[in-house]
Amino acid sequence: MEKVDLTQLEEGESGVVVNIQGGYGLVRRLDSLGIRVGKKVTKVSSQFMRGPITLRVGNSHLALGFGMARKIFVRVVK
Amino acid sequence: MKKILLMGNPNVGKSVIFSRLTGVNVIASNYSGTTVEYTKGYMRLGNEKVEVMDVPGTYTLEPTSKAEEVAVEMLKEGDLVIDVVDATNLERNLNLTLQLLKDGKPVVMALNLWDETRHTGISIDVDKLEQILGVPVVPTCAITGEGIKELVSELPFAKTNTYEYEEEKRWEKVGEIVSQVQKITHRHHTFLERLEDVSIRPITGIPLALITLYLVFNIIRFVGEGLIGYIFEPIFESFWAPLMMRLSNLLGNQGFIHDVLIGKLVEGQIDFVESLGLLTTGLFVPFAMVLPYVFAFYLVLSFLEDSGYLPRLAVLVDNLMHRFGLHGLSIIPMMLGLGCNVPGAMATRVLETRRERFIAATMMAIAVPCMAQIAMIVGLIGRYGTGGLGAVFGTLFIVWIAIGIILNRVLKGESPEIFVEIPPYRFPYPTALLKKLLMRTKSFLREAVPYVLFGVFVVNILYSLGIIQLIGRITAPIITGILGLPQDAVGALIVGFLRKDVAVGMLLPLGLNLSQLVVASVVLTMYFPCVATFAVLIKELGTKDMLKATLIMIASALIVGGILNLIL
Repeated sequence: MEKVDLTQLEEGESGVVVNIQGGYGLVRRLDSLGIRVGKKVTKVSSQFMRGPITLRVGNSHLALGFGMARKIFVRVVK
Repeated sequence: MKKILLMGNPNVGKSVIFSRLTGVNVIASNYSGTTVEYTKGYMRLGNEKVEVMDVPGTYTLEPTSKAEEVAVEMLKEGDLVIDVVDATNLERNLNLTLQLLKDGKPVVMALNLWDETRHTGISIDVDKLEQILGVPVVPTCAITGEGIKELVSELPFAKTNTYEYEEEKRWEKVGEIVSQVQKITHRHHTFLERLEDVSIRPITGIPLALITLYLVFNIIRFVGEGLIGYIFEPIFESFWAPLMMRLSNLLGNQGFIHDVLIGKLVEGQIDFVESLGLLTTGLFVPFAMVLPYVFAFYLVLSFLEDSGYLPRLAVLVDNLMHRFGLHGLSIIPMMLGLGCNVPGAMATRVLETRRERFIAATMMAIAVPCMAQIAMIVGLIGRYGTGGLGAVFGTLFIVWIAIGIILNRVLKGESPEIFVEIPPYRFPYPTALLKKLLMRTKSFLREAVPYVLFGVFVVNILYSLGIIQLIGRITAPIITGILGLPQDAVGALIVGFLRKDVAVGMLLPLGLNLSQLVVASVVLTMYFPCVATFAVLIKELGTKDMLKATLIMIASALIVGGILNLIL
């Protein structure tokens, strides 16, 4: 089973969140917008030079900074 | 009086429902965080008058940002909650709903954006949802007004619900509910969804952003110039001018009253820009020079806001804004600031930290001229070709970047990262767009025209009392020595505190050459915000930070103005 952080996920690839390596504050912020352990996310795009990445979660799109994305680990879903 | 609160996630249409319920128009757009301050309105419920409050959006009742704190704080005051829910995002929205229900206030749910469930292949069993939650659920489409009547008629039946769940199992509960009431059918991607992907991938998104910028610029120019050339100037020249000439003759072509009302005649004729009378320049500047561009700008801005493009632009420019210690969303206050610095300053609230808000507000106040001022600069310098305009706006752009980089270096602290929901593209609803455009145009007229008239009046008084001449002599070392402008230019700097557009207009009778006009335009933009912006900035930043920002403004205006004077 391949486990990567969100910055390593390819565009168009999906993954199930397995771990968020961040403090309570970050976990809560992510949680309020629907990103939590067990949730399936799909990467839509990434920007040049460590820019933000965009994800599809459920029916909504979210943009989050590179640093945040690096703390979210997913198991890749084929 | 009973208080009804409109609560829900950001960008689910609370403000649109608020306008429908109360008849009070508020700005609504297609991105999170349009409403940064609560708005109050009133409606009739049976024989009772009740207060309705449009609360800033929140994802949770455990606040993670300042705007969310406001929302949670306000919940305590409410007697009844209309929980506005995005029907296309049921799961995430129900998370807040469950928290609201637990809070114990009577709740009615508005299942908004109902029309969009159809083409997104989502079907929701409303009766079942109502049964599970134990509160009334009404499907609505606020923008067209569908379901609003039903929503109002359900308000008396709002219930405190008895729905029980353990806090740690909230998402589980949400999942259970969703699986019981929602069915999703597969469907093909629509054109707008394809466009969503294209506009956020850098390879296609950046060219698209440049094309958009180019179009925006040209549409504003086309509409603005068209309105001036074909409507406003002809009205003033062929209708208003003869009338004013007659009044001028009646008043004997001179004297104090004549000068205040009509102004000084230029070669025996009224010159709408130079005469500086209340009824001539005082009306010509706001209506025939500024209004057309303000209208054109807000037409385009409103379209961009309602389409959902702005958050995507924020993602594309995120990298650039990090050089200034900001993140991508700070492009929104800058864009709004181009219309008027006042809403721009308010919009800095979308940023998380004090440091970010200080940097963004200072950058905007110094280097982002408002549309009124831009229109006047274009009117004044545009006649010398595009070179002068390029010098003014090019300089301001460089200053904008430099101020950002310097502030980021000097101020301690880190810059948070962007974390925002990207709304789906929506085709702007024409009636809503038109309403928003009219609202902004009206508010411009209501706020600008009195200030312009007052500004023109003050100029007349100050000149006739010799005060401007006196201050001019005192400040000559700066105005003439550093900036290379005639002493009288100090009059423009004084009036610039009231209205920057009038101030730019006052440069015309001074007979400046192109280089001096460029220096004066840049300095007028940078040296100080107008009084309206100043008041809002004090409120947003606090007196101490505003004092700091003011010192930065004055210092940078003198430095940049001095350098321009040397090299031009």
